[in-house]
Parts: sequence; C-alpha cells; structure tokens
Amino acid sequence: MSQVFAKNSTSKLSVKESFVTDENVFWNRRQFIQRFTQSAIGASGLLASGALLASEATQKNENAKPFNTAESLSSEYVVTHHNNFYEFSTSKSKPAELAKDFKPGNDWTVEISGEVAKPGKYSLEDILKFTATEERIYRLRCVEGWSMVIPWTGFQLSQLIKRVAPTSKAKYIEFETLESRSTFPGQRRGSLGFQVLPWPYREGLRMDEAMNPLTLIATGVYGKRLPGQNGAPMRLIVPWKYGFKSIKSIVSMRFVEKQPVNTWQKSAPREYGFYANVNPQVSHPRWSQASERRITDDSFFGVKKMPTQMFNGYGQWVADMYKGMDLARHF
Amino acid sequence: MQIKSMIKAIAHLACFAPLGYLVYAVNNRLLGGDPQESVLHLLGYWSMLFLLLCLTVTPLKQITKQSQLLHYRRMLGLYCVFYLVLHLTMFFIFYLESNLYLLWQEVVERPYITLGMAASLMLIPLTVTSTKKMQRLLGRRWKKIHWMIYPIALMALGHFIWQSKADLNEPLTYMAWLLILLGYRLYRRFIR
Repeated sequence: MSQVFAKNSTSKLSVKESFVTDENVFWNRRQFIQRFTQSAIGASGLLASGALLASEATQKNENAKPFNTAESLSSEYVVTHHNNFYEFSTSKSKPAELAKDFKPGNDWTVEISGEVAKPGKYSLEDILKFTATEERIYRLRCVEGWSMVIPWTGFQLSQLIKRVAPTSKAKYIEFETLESRSTFPGQRRGSLGFQVLPWPYREGLRMDEAMNPLTLIATGVYGKRLPGQNGAPMRLIVPWKYGFKSIKSIVSMRFVEKQPVNTWQKSAPREYGFYANVNPQVSHPRWSQASERRITDDSFFGVKKMPTQMFNGYGQWVADMYKGMDLARHF
Repeated sequence: MQIKSMIKAIAHLACFAPLGYLVYAVNNRLLGGDPQESVLHLLGYWSMLFLLLCLTVTPLKQITKQSQLLHYRRMLGLYCVFYLVLHLTMFFIFYLESNLYLLWQEVVERPYITLGMAASLMLIPLTVTSTKKMQRLLGRRWKKIHWMIYPIALMALGHFIWQSKADLNEPLTYMAWLLILLGYRLYRRFIR
C-alpha cells in the first residue's frame, strides 16, 4: 500500500513541472489538479468509507460532465506503463521504455483529405485553436479483457469534423497512425521475418459515431501531455468500443464513402470486426467478453474481476446508433 | 560422489531461480501494469521451456556421449510439471476466481485452453510413473507411456501459439526448436 502511494505521489509532484502548452490545456489541468487533489485529500483520511468517496465524486462529476465516471481512477503508473502500442512492441510494458524519445509537439500535422470542403494539412497547434479542450474520465475496455478508468484531456472529434466541412458523400472516416521504422521499432520485421501487423495501423468510424459527443481526440492524460506510449500527440478515444479502435499518433484522417477496413479486421477478420462495440454477450472466438479485469494499480492485487457492461456502460448515449443491427454479426 | 551431488544441488537451485525471480519481481513491482497476467504467462513459459530442455537431454547425451546427462532428464521433466501446476493454479484462482463451472466453460469453449488442459492432464500419468521404481516395474511399457511426451509437447506449443495475438516470431522460434528435436529422433530411427 505504501508503495502505491509512493508511486502516485511522485507522479503528482511531476505535474508541477511547467512546460509550454496551450492555454486551454493549461486551464483544464488546473481544474483537474484541483479536483484530483481534493479527492486525494479525501483519500488520505485513509480508507474513509469507499461509498462516501464515491458519492462525493459522483456529485462533482455530475456538476462537471455528464459522461465522467465516478469509479476510482487507474493509477497514472498503470495508465502509462501498460500499453498496447504494437508500433513500439507487442509487450505491454515496453512501449513506456521505447517511447522515451518520442515526444512530438504541437507542430505535428494531420492530413485531412477525401470528402471534405476544407482538406489540407492541419497542425495540432491550429486544431487546438478551434477546438475546446476539456477533461473526460472514461472507462477503457481492451478486447483482451482488461480495463482501466482514465482521465483524458482532449476535444470532441465533432468540433474538428465540423470545421473541415465533410461533403454529403462522407459516410466514414479512416484514420491512420504514423508509419516510421525509425520511430517505431515494432514496425520492423521480427526475428523470423514476420510482420506483427500490416502497417500503417488503420481504424475507421461511421460518421455518426465520429460525431457522437463521447468521441474524443485526446491530447493529454492525467493532466499532462499525452506520453509517447499513450499515442502522442493526439489519439482517438471511443469509450464504448474495444480499445483497439482508439487509434494512436494520428497522421491522417480521410473522409470516405465506403466502410474502411481497419487493421485488426484485415489481420484476423474472424476475430475482429469493424464495429468492435463492447458487448458482453458476444464472445471473442478465443475468449469470453462477459467479464473484465479492472486494473487499478500495479500491485499484485491491483486487479479486480467485474462484469462487462453493454457498450462499456455508455449505452444510454450510443445504443440508438445500432438499432436494428445484429450485433453478433457486426461484431 | 560429493561433486556429483553438488552439481545436482546447483541444478536444483537453477531450476528454482525463475520462481525466486517471480517472488522478487512481484514484491518490487517489476512486472508492469498487470502483474497477475505477467505471472500467469511467465509460469506457462517456464513450464514450456523445461519441457523443451527435458527433450533436449537425450539428443545431447547421444551427441556428446555423456551418459550422466540422463540424470537430469527426469528432473527437468518434473520442473516442467512444477511450473505447470503453478500456471494452472494462477489461472484458476485469479482468472476464474476458483470457480469450477467457469473452468469447465473455458475448457469447453476455448480451443486453446482445451488443448492446454488436455496436455496438462496427459502429463499426469507421466509424472506418476516418473520414479525409478515405476520405471523398473513397468519395464517396456514405461517407454510407451513416456512416448506421450511428444504429442504433449506439440500440444503445449500449440497452446502457446494459439493464445498469442499477432506476433508469431517468438512462438515459432520455440516450435522450430521442438521440430529440430523431433527431426533428430526421426533421423536416428529411420535414416541411420
């Protein structure tokens, strides 16, 4: 227990480091730190009844944002040291090491193309000028069966979409991750010459999914800039879908008429589909999705098993989009 | 005699080293964000490694003509079982919450678990008959029983490859190791 605190407190200290960042993000961080320290103070009354804490948090969150979950956060350490980012490594602990030098700034550009009135190369700096950064505390459910609760900072994807003005032909968006063998050692071939996945990593959303207010482009986590291993400098967050939909380090957004083929679907079509909505009733061919292992910290007992909720608990805001669809077929 | 038992003691220590490392790593949080999963995977990995090492003893003995190597074959086989039991215990307690019904469901519905579990069960008769006494008692039949180690090894590697999500480089390296061992035996039997 003392170790948990040690690790958390060091990470909290480093929040104080000042670095150049957008004012929006800055303000958001202030708010977040305030809120977070408040709850930390609450927690330091040590193990004050969990229920009390939870209800307190719920109240706060209800004032703040309708989507924010009141469940206890996964520690910053696990959020930044348990990453599926195959561009670095298939190991979940290695991306944190290998991404040490991957610190892209606001000069990062995204190519926006296809069925839009205003295509072009947009820098993150520009994008942050016309979008409003805020904090969202979301559940993240990995298709492998583990989950976390993560405080992201970012903007609603819908704001960016409106700005670039999609045409009536734009039915889907295809996203792409940076392809660079020098940045991403995982994109090189392995010892036996096998490629882990066909690169670059691609993902897609239907336009209504992309416009849903829950859909976020995250630029930060835990009140800090997004670390390399979490998909710096900008990544998608689609909290009602399995984590692999939430594509990292985005360099391209193409607005298209036809449904894109996402990387995992291309790699194993029997196991991964386009929609990938969290669904406890539809098993992965190799394992059940009925429950999940919630990771709260990196101690041996920091994982709790719990039932998985339909649409990862976000059904109220997203279920309508899939009315009449056979979700076992469109997995 | 003393040197021999000393070597044996060192070998035992070496076989316990992975477990020692696990205990140390768990206490010092060296296993990343999901230590339970790391422990589960590492226990399975070491069980497989001991199985492959066990199967390497005979060819090594034949090539180097060092017959005392044979003393280590049973030992390595039993350490394979030792880590396998820990692997299964870990899975049962932390992944299935000690629920027998869930275990049954997993075994029935998940082919890679069916395969792994079948291989585990097949190791039981081999473990039980691993003593010198049993070896003497069973005579020729002992060899027949222990021939099962080959299908068991193939199944264990099948389980390992099946559960890996995308990267085949590592599991196929171990498969290559096993195929070389099996190839060597076939070569001796039919070609030489």
